[in-house]
Amino acid sequence: MHMADALLSPAVGGALWAGTLAAIIYSAKQLREKMDDKMVPLMGVLGAFIFAGQMINFTIPMTGSSGHIGGGMLLAIILGPYAAFLVIASVLVIQALFFADGGLLALGANIWNLGIYPCFIGYPLIYRTIVRGSASPKLITFASVLSVVAGLQLGALSVVLETKLSGITELPFNTFFVLMQPIHLAIGVIEGVITAGIVIYVRTLRPDIVDDLEGVKTLSSGGSLKKVLVITAVLAVITGGALSWLASTHPDGLEWSIEKIYGKPEVPQKQNPISENLSKLQEKTAVLPDYSLPSKGEEENPSWPAVNPGRSISGILGGIMVLVVILLFGIGIKAMRKFREKT
Amino acid sequence: MTFDSEYFNLGYLDTLSYKKTFVHRLDPRVKILVSFAFIIFVVSFPKYEFGALMPFFLYPVFLLTAGNIPLRAIAKKVLFISPFAVFIGIFNPLLDTKVILAPFGIPVSGGWISFFSIIVKFILTVSTALLLIAVTSFPGICEALARMKLPKIFVIQLLFLYRYIFVVLDVALRMIRAREARSFGKRGREIKNFIRLISVLLVRSVERAERIYQAMLSRGFRGEIRVLKRHRLRYYDILFAIISIAMFYIFRNFPVVNFIGNSLSRISK
Repeated sequence: MHMADALLSPAVGGALWAGTLAAIIYSAKQLREKMDDKMVPLMGVLGAFIFAGQMINFTIPMTGSSGHIGGGMLLAIILGPYAAFLVIASVLVIQALFFADGGLLALGANIWNLGIYPCFIGYPLIYRTIVRGSASPKLITFASVLSVVAGLQLGALSVVLETKLSGITELPFNTFFVLMQPIHLAIGVIEGVITAGIVIYVRTLRPDIVDDLEGVKTLSSGGSLKKVLVITAVLAVITGGALSWLASTHPDGLEWSIEKIYGKPEVPQKQNPISENLSKLQEKTAVLPDYSLPSKGEEENPSWPAVNPGRSISGILGGIMVLVVILLFGIGIKAMRKFREKT
Repeated sequence: MTFDSEYFNLGYLDTLSYKKTFVHRLDPRVKILVSFAFIIFVVSFPKYEFGALMPFFLYPVFLLTAGNIPLRAIAKKVLFISPFAVFIGIFNPLLDTKVILAPFGIPVSGGWISFFSIIVKFILTVSTALLLIAVTSFPGICEALARMKLPKIFVIQLLFLYRYIFVVLDVALRMIRAREARSFGKRGREIKNFIRLISVLLVRSVERAERIYQAMLSRGFRGEIRVLKRHRLRYYDILFAIISIAMFYIFRNFPVVNFIGNSLSRISK
């Protein structure tokens, strides 16, 4: 359920990046105050472990297809919420860069969806309140399934909301919601069972790994956690609001373009008043008025739509031409490099 | 993709990043900044925009050719398009059937245009992310993050994570091979076995982290890694940033494609 750049608008992507950055800085600050040096290599190696662990497949019961773990809640149980959040963020950074899972703008959203909910909601509010001290395996399983399911449901809901707010998909909210939530319920149950299985088994091998870091983990039960939630939420809302306000003051917002497309589809050949006004405006605001594009009226409109056969043909021709030029440019650089290497 | 090829790919992108070309030498901060700006310009197009996205291919093509990166290395990954983006996008042609364009008399619905717009945006943003790492190297990115004032703990453990991916992957690879050798078909992949396998991997990783920590202590570790600063902002870094962002701005705000198309059709007449 990695988000992709292509499904996000700059406002939504930017708001989630702001929230994610705030959470990273806050978590790092919390860790710096309370942890020992041992934590840093442990975090790094466990991140690598999650990475490697995701490449080991298992068979999903009843379906026969294979899946892999996410590991967010497992990290939270072993490292505590703050360190786990940083590790999840790092794993996603590497996935975004090396495997192109999503992209750079969507990275903020992905860290938010996969990191915030398990670390700052599922773990402290559900897992920790159920499992205290030495709990029975059944209790651990129960807590782990419940917290993983909660985290994944919130994550999936966020994906739906982010995509809808970005206005890219035509899917109605209800359909999208019904598509996403039940799948993630099933995934959550399996992931919860596996997480519990690992915790229980590791406890028999090396009990200290699961229980040792209590000092760092107890951080989570204080009031500071609520603070981080409130701060990130407020930050996200403010930046989201500011960015969407900025976006809406520009005329190429989503609503505007839809209105334009659906508003006057039956006047293909005639000049429409908006494009005329726009072309005037553009002449006034052009950086280099003398070199501004020839004003035949129709080509001044800055964004494409409006049904006009001549216009769309010129768009296609121009698009192909641009691609050819870029291709030649690339071949040119390659040829230059070869020439230079020879001499 | 199988495990081995994925493992190989990770190392392959890493080896590409140690070439010495103009784009490899640019300050990583500049490359991160310009790539981010690029992505924001690309995704800021409204959903029915298609043609005007074409000039943006200039940036990835520039990184690819100037960085001397083999096209196949990037294309293979990009063509393996994220199932999620396609899955979400494919509903657009089904749900949005209003005809908004008719080039050469062929009616095209808004849904198809917005679907292809998603795909083009996807190719542009994904290839840029891959090229960024291929021309920068991961330690370079970490250096840039540290100098952009991200928390030290975060950057240090990111460096650790990257270094130990190759080590832990090696362990995991051996475990997978052992499992394959001992099982037939889907047997041996049950959740019960998987839990045992991954628990052992977890314990091994933690034990390795402990040994690393001991080794670091004995070499004078005081809770901080000094990151080597290999890059300085030079005039051509700033020039590169200004030129690229100015070009993105022009591509975004002026109808470059229509202008070229129109002058072409005028010439042909």
